[in-house]
Amino acid sequence: MTPPRPPLETSPGAAQPAPAPAGATPSTGYFYRFSPGQRLLHATLFTTFLGLALTGLTLRFSEARWAQAFAQVVGGFRAILFFHKSLALILTAAFLLHLAIILRRVFLKREFGLLWGPNSLVPQPKDFLDLGSHFRWFLGLGPRPRFDRFTYWEKFDYWAVFWGMAVIGISGYSMWFAPFVSRLLPGSWLNVALLLHGDEALLAAWFIFSIHFFNTHLRPGSFPMDTVIFTGRLTEREFEEKHPREYARLKAEGRLADLRAGPAQPWFVVAGKIIGFAAIAIGFVLLVLTLYSFF
Amino acid sequence: MKALRAGRAGRGLALATISMAWLLPLRAQTAAPSAAACLACHSQPGIADGQGRNLTIAPASFAASVHGALGCPACHADIQGFPHKLPVAKVDCAKCHAGEGAKLKTSVHRIWRAASLRLVMRNLDSPACLNCHGNPHAIVPVNNPRSPVYPLNLPRTCGACHGNPQLAKKYGLPNVYSMYVDSIHGMALTRDGLLVAATCTSCHGAHQILSHNNPRSPTFRARVPATCGKCHAGIAAKYLRGAHGQALRAGVASAPVCISCHTAHSIASVRTTAWQLHTTAQCGGCHSQRLATYRDTFHGQVTALGFAVTARCWNCHRAHEILPASNPKSSIAPANLPATCGQCHGQVPRGFISYNPHADPRNRRRFPGLYYTARFMNLLLLGVFTFFGIHTVLWFSRSISERTAKRGRT
Repeated sequence: MTPPRPPLETSPGAAQPAPAPAGATPSTGYFYRFSPGQRLLHATLFTTFLGLALTGLTLRFSEARWAQAFAQVVGGFRAILFFHKSLALILTAAFLLHLAIILRRVFLKREFGLLWGPNSLVPQPKDFLDLGSHFRWFLGLGPRPRFDRFTYWEKFDYWAVFWGMAVIGISGYSMWFAPFVSRLLPGSWLNVALLLHGDEALLAAWFIFSIHFFNTHLRPGSFPMDTVIFTGRLTEREFEEKHPREYARLKAEGRLADLRAGPAQPWFVVAGKIIGFAAIAIGFVLLVLTLYSFF
Repeated sequence: MKALRAGRAGRGLALATISMAWLLPLRAQTAAPSAAACLACHSQPGIADGQGRNLTIAPASFAASVHGALGCPACHADIQGFPHKLPVAKVDCAKCHAGEGAKLKTSVHRIWRAASLRLVMRNLDSPACLNCHGNPHAIVPVNNPRSPVYPLNLPRTCGACHGNPQLAKKYGLPNVYSMYVDSIHGMALTRDGLLVAATCTSCHGAHQILSHNNPRSPTFRARVPATCGKCHAGIAAKYLRGAHGQALRAGVASAPVCISCHTAHSIASVRTTAWQLHTTAQCGGCHSQRLATYRDTFHGQVTALGFAVTARCWNCHRAHEILPASNPKSSIAPANLPATCGQCHGQVPRGFISYNPHADPRNRRRFPGLYYTARFMNLLLLGVFTFFGIHTVLWFSRSISERTAKRGRT
């Protein structure tokens, strides 16, 4: 289930060997971490997710004043439902496309490294050890774990989306096509479906808007935003700091140079930051509003 | 004539009248005077008594009034000749209108009048009759559009007091006039000009208006369905067949009547979104558990958001002929559910109607699937946020302390 390694792109720095200035000054060199396809997938995921959360949580908290005001602004209940269903279709298509790509790479291209190993998103024994040593580091009892390509919390985020897509998707489509579904399943499933849909969505929204935002963007070291998912590239220093094991491994294998990249286009960085900050802001507002209405 | 108006006391007025009489070809007489004789003086514009009351009578309108044919002495029996003594005795309408007089005596208006209205009403000494019927010398039949008690004019007549905010405040009366005028009855009357539209007297009666606490009053709670049923006969019959009507008949004091849901004066069109959404809370006022489980459903979420596009209580339970599911005639009886759900959902399969629109995730016995799903989701939510909450707090504090340590070193 691993996203592919970024395609090899020729960049000015690619021909030269890595300078490795021993961390004295931030390296000006960049390395690819995410392919354009992966970035596009994430962009599709977070934009549709924000739209789905906005329209869905409005219904979930329909007795709240902010929800009623938002529903009026959007253009009424029918508009809300239209946007919710349209975005759901886009997200479903993106999810199925992702699944198809993964299956093709595993079964047709025989990239079994997606299923097991340092480049796989499947939890490895090391992830559980990393979790333990990360907690020891939190408490000042040991060194910081040396993470590989994907950290355990990144894998959790990835599989949480899988679980969420299944639960929210199946329950959502059940309600959308309720008369058809009730031919196959008892009506009590529809009762369960709304509860599952709403609670899982709330879990997802709260998780993304608090834990994911902190772990990925707001924590010291990444604050205020980690742009790697927008530009696809990180600096050498970031690479060494955040994924030391992958960095060392690739260096030892002599494959580091393959990933060298030039800086992203300035306009692209600015656009990524604007969109990213907007997403974080919307997420925070929704988090505060829903928490206020929930408690 | 200015001189007459300026008369300060009874005696001054009498003198003035007499002096005026000399100018007219009239002689003092002892027989009951004819209307023409009285009008010789009283048709003069601007004549007033010592208290400033207008004593001018328009001959034409008096002749056209219901009392025109009776002449003056029929009411002013104490006036035997000219000049007449002052003050003139108060006219007692009940002498002829005995039935109305008797009714008025027991009505709230008579009681209130005695108690307090003396302080606020103009024409204090005039009969209570005239407060509604207007100028005593120009009273026209109730079906005459000029009558203050003609249906189209009546609300304004009653509203002179019941739409007076100061009066309402002073006596703790609701300002029912504005409520009524904005209601569907008021709209039908003022906008559409319908004579059949309910006005004040349609519900309260005219002369014998009784407090709604009085069991004989048409606005007494238990009698409300019969009162509304005078016009809304079909709805009243349905209501009486339904659970609420049955409860009322069985003597249940809290059983809702028409006004419990529709209000008494601000009755809105049931087609307005505001009213359609408002009724849900209205039903939930008594059926609170049902409202809570309804709010947990898609139906309830959409209506709470402010859109009356999904089912509300009475779309499924009916508005008036509300019957329990155990009654085969009920709209929610199992055999009738496909039709009831089908109102919105079209042809629905059998499984669809086993959906419960009031499922309670806290009820393990009746909804085990929902109950355990809710418990699982709660645990999942709690588990994820407990774990990652601790994870995040520890991570954050460690990062901060490491940064400050690093900064300390450099």
